[in-house]
Amino acid sequence: MSGPILQVENLRTYFHTADGLVRAVDGVSFNLGRGETLGIVGESGCGKSITCLSILRLVDPPGRIEPDSTIRLGDRELTRLSEAAMREVRGNAISMIFQEPMTSLNPVWTIGGQIAEAVRLHRGVGRAEGRERAAEMLGLVGLANPQRRLDDYPHELSGGMRQRAMIAMALACDPDVLLADEPTTALDVTIQAEILDLLCELQERLGMAMIFVSHDLGVVAQIADRVIVMYAGQVLEEGATEGIFSRPRHPYTEGLLRSTPKLTAKLPRLATIAGSVPSPKRWPAGCRFHPRCPHAWDRCREDVPPLLAVDQPSRCWLEEEPQRRTRRGEAGG
Amino acid sequence: MSVPPLVEVSDLVKHFPIRKGVLGRTQGHVRAVDGVSLDIRRGETVALVGESGCGKSTTARLILRLLEPTAGRVIFDGQDTLALDRTGLMRFRRRAQIIFQDPFGSLNPRMTVGAVLREALHVHGIARGEAAARCVAELLDAVGLHADDAGRYPHEFSGGQRQRVGIARALAVEPEFIVADEPVSALDVSVQAQVLNLLADLQQRFRLTYLFITHDLSVVRHLADRVAVMYLGRLVELGDSDSVFGDPLHPYTRALLSAVPVLESEGRGQRIVLSGDVGHAASAPPGCPFHPRCPHPEKDETCRAVVPVLEERGGGAQAACHRI
Repeated sequence: MSGPILQVENLRTYFHTADGLVRAVDGVSFNLGRGETLGIVGESGCGKSITCLSILRLVDPPGRIEPDSTIRLGDRELTRLSEAAMREVRGNAISMIFQEPMTSLNPVWTIGGQIAEAVRLHRGVGRAEGRERAAEMLGLVGLANPQRRLDDYPHELSGGMRQRAMIAMALACDPDVLLADEPTTALDVTIQAEILDLLCELQERLGMAMIFVSHDLGVVAQIADRVIVMYAGQVLEEGATEGIFSRPRHPYTEGLLRSTPKLTAKLPRLATIAGSVPSPKRWPAGCRFHPRCPHAWDRCREDVPPLLAVDQPSRCWLEEEPQRRTRRGEAGG
Repeated sequence: MSVPPLVEVSDLVKHFPIRKGVLGRTQGHVRAVDGVSLDIRRGETVALVGESGCGKSTTARLILRLLEPTAGRVIFDGQDTLALDRTGLMRFRRRAQIIFQDPFGSLNPRMTVGAVLREALHVHGIARGEAAARCVAELLDAVGLHADDAGRYPHEFSGGQRQRVGIARALAVEPEFIVADEPVSALDVSVQAQVLNLLADLQQRFRLTYLFITHDLSVVRHLADRVAVMYLGRLVELGDSDSVFGDPLHPYTRALLSAVPVLESEGRGQRIVLSGDVGHAASAPPGCPFHPRCPHPEKDETCRAVVPVLEERGGGAQAACHRI
């Protein structure tokens, strides 16, 4: 097995606003293997989307990728590339799909025209060839009658079909990495199931690696090989999907899993995590989860825990002092 | 002798005209709600579930008479809500309230939370002055906020807290019946659990009756006594929560349940993949509204031609399907 296709190390993306510094992504590191699906889960404001945008260098001022952040794609260091070189990467080596296809599809341009344009730009092929590739891609993502669909405008498609068209556009240039930011969140559950199946199938067929960002633990459990859990701009836990969901180490991961309503069991009460997600302008000192953690003690309030342990790293002092685990956490608050 | 239900909905229909051209001629109708009948008993939680565009929110608005139905009746505590005059309607509004998905959209950004709550108390003549201030403090306490929060503006609250404000405002008029329209869909998982627990606590404390509208089936499992499944303006299944989740009858309910992503690796049945998209209520097919997507192996001409009615199937479960 060769090395990872994408290596992110100590990624810090800060927003230098008039109101002060917003440390949206604050020291995130991970590797993405070839053909692997990495799930990033977390609640709103945890920095999961900004992480994806940073990889493509699509963060607008006042946002900035801070010095010493590294994003390596193969042997290229993306943070050092010129804007022109970066344009070669976007949509070609790395593609991205979003929650709402209408924001990334041009409403006054046909679906076929948009896909063909991407192919022509990156592959330098002619008009006819671009159009042919577009039809092939629409067929690949399961649109019936792809030749006819080429001349449809985005508004003529249903939500699920639009999402398929966006996937077709993202994959038209055979990217090595696909970034999927909540691609099924706006869809109905029956359509979501179809799109998830489609992504899995395409990934297997095309051999690309994928980063799948979602707030929905069930969706990530279904699609990811490995998962990182983000909170307050940091990675709190990382591991194989099976381990994260059946043996979570970090109290936040545990809390998230317990507070998710289950289809199979009717409980008198749901477990909750106390409090709410902190503001990115003022992350708590020490462990950023400590104000909501049922186990927190003095050390958590003062010292920042590193990602401890090897197999399934968890950013928690309990890794060093497991006897501090209280019963309150088990009771579910 | 049985207690009559709090809300009796019979054959509720709402058609929206589609107008086109300069003259605004009616070109057709969106049959958003197409013959819904449903009883809601005192103190229970009925969940109305379905995918986008199925008419669940329209049904809720019709029940509260926020929209006028095209046909059908809604009886609230023995009274026909459509026959109510101005004062009657005002009294009805006090007894039946609604909580929205996005409380920010329903809270005036220029009013403090205290002012929003006082206004509700004032309009319905419940309390003024000192007494109102006391009520506001009690309400905020009931929904897990602090009395000092009365002086803050909606934008100063987080999403979960804002939803608590929305709940407090609905509670202000001491209602018996609350329609919760996707109340936790916009919230993070950890906060969603807090709000669901709060709704359950308040139901016990104030003996509330809920109609809970949602697309998220796992939320419903936790909360509902009975579940009604809607598809293209019609109820396709109605039954006790345990029976709908444990032994779903209608092919659509089965497909819907099988499509929900679950955390547990065991207990995941075979997923039923539906072909095609959710249809549109402007061009609902003849016969069973679900037939173009129905995976049932024995679907036939009857399904394509005759609209199935919601029928008793034993065990308190009802389903609208020719093939059960």
